[in-house]
Parts: sequence; C-alpha cells; structure tokens
Amino acid sequence: MRTKLAMGVFIGSEAVFFAFLIAAYIYYAAATVHGPNAANSLDPPRTLIFTVCLLASSGTLWFAERRLAAGSRNGFRVWLGATIVLGLAFILGQAMEYIGLTRKTVTPARNLFGATFFTLTGFHGFHVICGLISLSVLLGLALRGNFSAKAAAGTAAISMYWHFVDVVWIVIFSLVYLRVWV
Amino acid sequence: MSDTPFVPGLVEDADRVKAHSAWLEWVSTVDHKRIGLLYLFTTLFFFCVGGAEALLIRIQLAWPNNTFLSPDEYNQIFTMHGTTMIFLVVVPVLLGLANYLTPLMIGASDMALPRLNAFSFWVFLFGGILLYFSFATGQAPNAGWFSYAPLSENSYSIRPGLDYWALALLGIGVGTVATAINLIVTIVTLRTEGLTIRRLPLFVWMVLINSFLIIFALPALNASLVMLLVDRLLNAHFFTHVGGGSPVLWQHYFWSFGHPEVYIMVLPAFGIISEVIPVFSRKPIFGYGFVAASTVAIALLSVGVWAHHMFAVGLGHAWEYAFGASSLLIAVPTGVKIFNWIATMWGGSIRFTTSMLFAIAFLFTFTIGGLSGVIFATVPIDWQVTDTYFVVAHMHYVLFGGTAFAVMAGLYYWFPKMTGRMLDERRGVWNFWLMFIGFNTTFFVQHFLGLAGMPRRVYTYGDLPGWAVMNLISTIGAFVLGISVLVLLWNIRISRQTGAPAGDNPWNAWTLEWATTSPPPEHNFDAVPPVHGRRPLWDLTHPQEVRP
Ligand SMILES: [Cu+2]
Repeated sequence: MRTKLAMGVFIGSEAVFFAFLIAAYIYYAAATVHGPNAANSLDPPRTLIFTVCLLASSGTLWFAERRLAAGSRNGFRVWLGATIVLGLAFILGQAMEYIGLTRKTVTPARNLFGATFFTLTGFHGFHVICGLISLSVLLGLALRGNFSAKAAAGTAAISMYWHFVDVVWIVIFSLVYLRVWV
Repeated sequence: MSDTPFVPGLVEDADRVKAHSAWLEWVSTVDHKRIGLLYLFTTLFFFCVGGAEALLIRIQLAWPNNTFLSPDEYNQIFTMHGTTMIFLVVVPVLLGLANYLTPLMIGASDMALPRLNAFSFWVFLFGGILLYFSFATGQAPNAGWFSYAPLSENSYSIRPGLDYWALALLGIGVGTVATAINLIVTIVTLRTEGLTIRRLPLFVWMVLINSFLIIFALPALNASLVMLLVDRLLNAHFFTHVGGGSPVLWQHYFWSFGHPEVYIMVLPAFGIISEVIPVFSRKPIFGYGFVAASTVAIALLSVGVWAHHMFAVGLGHAWEYAFGASSLLIAVPTGVKIFNWIATMWGGSIRFTTSMLFAIAFLFTFTIGGLSGVIFATVPIDWQVTDTYFVVAHMHYVLFGGTAFAVMAGLYYWFPKMTGRMLDERRGVWNFWLMFIGFNTTFFVQHFLGLAGMPRRVYTYGDLPGWAVMNLISTIGAFVLGISVLVLLWNIRISRQTGAPAGDNPWNAWTLEWATTSPPPEHNFDAVPPVHGRRPLWDLTHPQEVRP
C-alpha cells in the first residue's frame, strides 16, 4: 500500500516532467525551418518495431504478475526475464537510431529539432534503463528465491512504473514519429 | 530466505555500532527526528553562510561608488545569496520541521519510508556542497537565482559555475520531491486511530498541501535545468536566440516552478503560525476549515500566475491582464488567513512568549509583504518598479518577515520538545527585538530606494539624492540583523546545556507531539492518547467539554 502510493505520487511528478519536455518539443518543432527535422531524419517503420517490443514488455510484465499471484514462481521468473529482454531490445533500437543520426550529424548542437528530439527521447530512454535495472533486481531476488511480502510490494510498484514509461513512449511515438509518417 | 532485508552482519554488529563514535549514528540514522535535526543544523549553517554573503552585499552598497567587491565578485555573491537562502535554507528548514513534527503530530512512530527519508537529506546536503564547490572552479554561478537566459548560457558565462548551479539544484530537487512523496504517504497511511483528515493539526494540513505543490512544481524546474545543461554541455540552443531558441521559454518554464515555489516557501510557515497563535491565545483556531480549504485554493491558483514575473517581457496585453487578474485573485485566500489568525487572538488570554512575539511580528511583516506583492499584479505599476529595490524589499518581507519569522516562532515553540530544555526567554526577547528592528531597518527603506529607481543587482550606484543615506541605513540594519542571529546561536548553545527542563508539555499545548517525552524516545510514543477531536490533549483534561 505504502510503496504503491509512493510510486503513484512519484509517477504524477514524472508525468509533469515529461509534459514540459513534450511541450518544448512541440513548441520548437514548428520553429525548425532549416536542416534536419522529424520528417527527413527519422525512420518511423523501424522505430515501430522497437515500439512493439516495449509495448509487448508491458504485457509480459502483466503476465509475470499474474503468474506470481497464481503462486507459480517459475512462471514469474520466465515472464519477468522476457520483459527484461524486450526492454533491452527497445534500448538497443534506440542506441542504433542514435548512432545512425549522429553519423548524419544530427545532434543536439545541430538545430532545435536535434536538441528537443535527443532531450525528450534521451530522458525517456534513461527512464527505461532505470526500469530495467529495477526489473533486474526483482529477477535477482526471484532467482534467489526471495518471494517476501516486501519483494511483492516492490514488484507491484515497479510494474506501475514500467507501464507508465510505456505510456509516455506511446505519447512520444505518436507526436514525434507517427505525426510525420501518416 | 526470510523477510528481513539483507544487511551484512546486522545482529552481531549491533553492539559494536552502538559503541562507535556518535557521528556514525547520525550518518546512518533513519529516525525521522534525527533526520529532522540534521536538516535544521544544516539549514542553520547555510543560513549563516547566506547571511554572511548578504553582509558582503550590504558592505559593498553602504555608500556610492564603493570598490569593496568587484562587479564580477558581486554577481557571484548575490547569486549565491539568493540560491542559498531559497534552496538551502527556506525550503529545507520547512522540510526539516515537517520531518521532525509530522509523525509526532499524527501519532506515528516514524515516516512511512525511513530509508528514502535519509536519502533525501543526504542528496540535499551533497547538492549544497556541490553548489559551494563551484567556488573552487574559479567562478561561482553569477546569473542570479533565476538564471535568466542568455546570461546563463555559454556565451555569457563560459566557466563551469552555472553547470554546478544546475546540477546542484537537480540534486536538491530530487531530494525535495522524495521528501514530499514521503510526507504524503506518511500523512495518508500512518495517522493514529480517530485522527481523521478534518482533525489533522493545521501544520500537518499545510505540509500535506505543500507536498502536493512540490510534486507538481519541482518537475518544471528539473525540466528547465536539464534543458539548460543540454545547452551548456552539448551546445544546443533551447534558450539562445542564435539557432531559433527562445530566452522567454526559460522564463515561462522557470516561473511555472518559481511562483509555486513561493508558496512552497510559505505554506508550512502558515502551518506554524496556525499552531503557535491558538496555543498562546488559549483558544482553538478561528475558522479551521477555512484555513485548510483556502490553502487548497492557493495551491491550485498558484500554478496559474507565473507570468506576473514577466510583465516587462512584452507578452501582449491580453495575457498581462489575465495574469494580473489571477494574481490579484490569489491574494484573497491569503489575505483572509490574516483575519483567521487575528480573530483567533481576539478575546483570547494571550501569553507573550518569544514564540508568540515572532508570530505577531509575522502578521505585521507578512501583511506588508503581501500588500507590496498585490501592487505588482497591477501591470503598469509592475513596469515601473520591476527589477528595482522595491522587489527586493517585497520579497524579503515575504520570505524573511514571513517565513523566517514563522520559523523562529516554531523554533522557540518546539525547541523544548526537540531538546528537553527551554530556549531561554530572556535572551529570546533580545533575539526577537534585535531581529525585528534589524529586519525593518534593512528592508523598509528599500521600498523607497526602489520607488526612487535604484535597480537591483547593480554592484554600485552614483551619488544620487537620498540614495547614499538610504543605503547606509539599510546596511546598518543588516548588521543589527547579523547581531540578532549571533544572539540566537548563543541562546541555542547555552540553552541546550543549561536551559530549564521542559517537561512533556511546557506550553499546555494540545497536539499529539506534546503527549510524549521531551525529547521523544526513538519509537516516539509508548501509548498514543485517544483522539476524539482537533485538540486531543485538551480533551484529556476537559472531558466534559464539547469538542470542535
Ligand atoms: Cu510569483
């Protein structure tokens, strides 16, 4: 209860943080006239693949929680492991995207698109990495056989966080990628 | 595996840890009372540092064309003074009091998340150290406490001072948000039986609302800071005009945090006043529901007034009128609180303790600060006096005459609970009058300096009619203020060792923190008294009376 409430309040705070970064992206996307922009620099279909990975990871985490509630410790471990693999795939995709953009000299210093794009997606990626670390700690506990009430409360809270990071990505993907693709 | 968290050698080392030097106990503590005291010590230290910086400023401005400080040094000193007082003194001293008092006032044994609590304090302390480490890099931050772009950008401040400023504030901000989360969870889940939300002490009410304000306002600062860091470290152009960026966006973002921050710095002070005045007037607070509800209104309105800091930018009349109107509106729930407190004193049998003196002084000075603040909501007047010493006077009347006086009232009120000894009243009265006179001497005259057109943040000024004498008066006042702080330090030191023993409830107060020993044991209460109303300890001694 305490842990979940604390996480809920924390997520509220994080939502405001992302709202400000997203507002900056929208504000500056219109101001970028010259040089790289979302339409001529991004590869939405490829990002969609990694987006599916991230969305799927929310599903696998949900299954993991269901297995835990059903008392299946091995099921929990497997689905949790799958969640981490899918999250890693997303981060890998983002790393590849960043490398590709940097090769084309699309950087934060280049123009306002670069600055807002890397700040927004970079901070989202940072949140995914934090989530992956937390999930790995949970997996470590589960592999050592720790299924205490405390670990369960932690699982519930981290799962809330992970779904939140997912929702933020849906917003970012729609605003940054889908808008120029469709 | 058991349910206990894995701590190496937990049991066998317990005795050895106890025998260790006392400071290790303080470093490793997760007890909310110790963490609260750590906050109070740390903020007292930074208060002295920020005060010393203020004295340097006042020496430089004591007479025209002074050369005590160079322009560059002056910029660093006033930036550090403002940043220190706001982020390392006013906000954390209130969090420290909230930390110490909230669990006691709601009959809990600790905060809901004690280890997160310790983390909050240490990340705050290291943020403060990081800020001051900037001096070692050759130049402290020098763009003012709100670091307007493009002054805060590489083109004007190439040395790393502002990087330290941004990183330090990020760290402090993380600690502040963590504490706010902790306080919310504590107040929601750990109240003792019978302590409904309508019976909460008003201090706890203010802390709760304040915590929500922190949760939603601090992210705006964090977002601004990371964008500034991307500009400075990765050569982006969020806030520079080169490349299409917008310095005005910094102002919007910063003040969407900065105005709620003003209330973050004052709501818990309202809470202190709402505890002190009833106890020393021997009456319950007048209009409990109104004080609580109007604070919710303040919190909601406070996120919609930020642009009153930007009337000089040229936002367009429609925006200026809208923000002027919302700023006038927010003065209403604040102003009516003053009447709540006066009505509480009305007809009460008032005890003029040092704590009460500070609370009454708060009513005077905060009202002056509030009135000069309302003036700014009138756009043309704002154009006239913005960025003058009128602003400096206004904001010190709110933050020093308001919050600092309230904290002093709280310190004299709760010191007996924290230490078991009374904070001496004779020295307290000296402390009070020196501080009250010193404060008003320093800042009242600055209203007139501002109206005469003296701009803030200039390192010196010409010998214009009246300016020299008014500045000298202000400087003399600042030194009286400095002496009053020395009296306070002296009083704390002496009283801690030889002060009169306080007993559990020296003021005949009625909230739960007075039901336990002074200082309270580590677990706070052996038994929490039953709560059937807003004044549980009063109810114990007056069982026949009707409870509010
Ligand atoms: Cu304001």
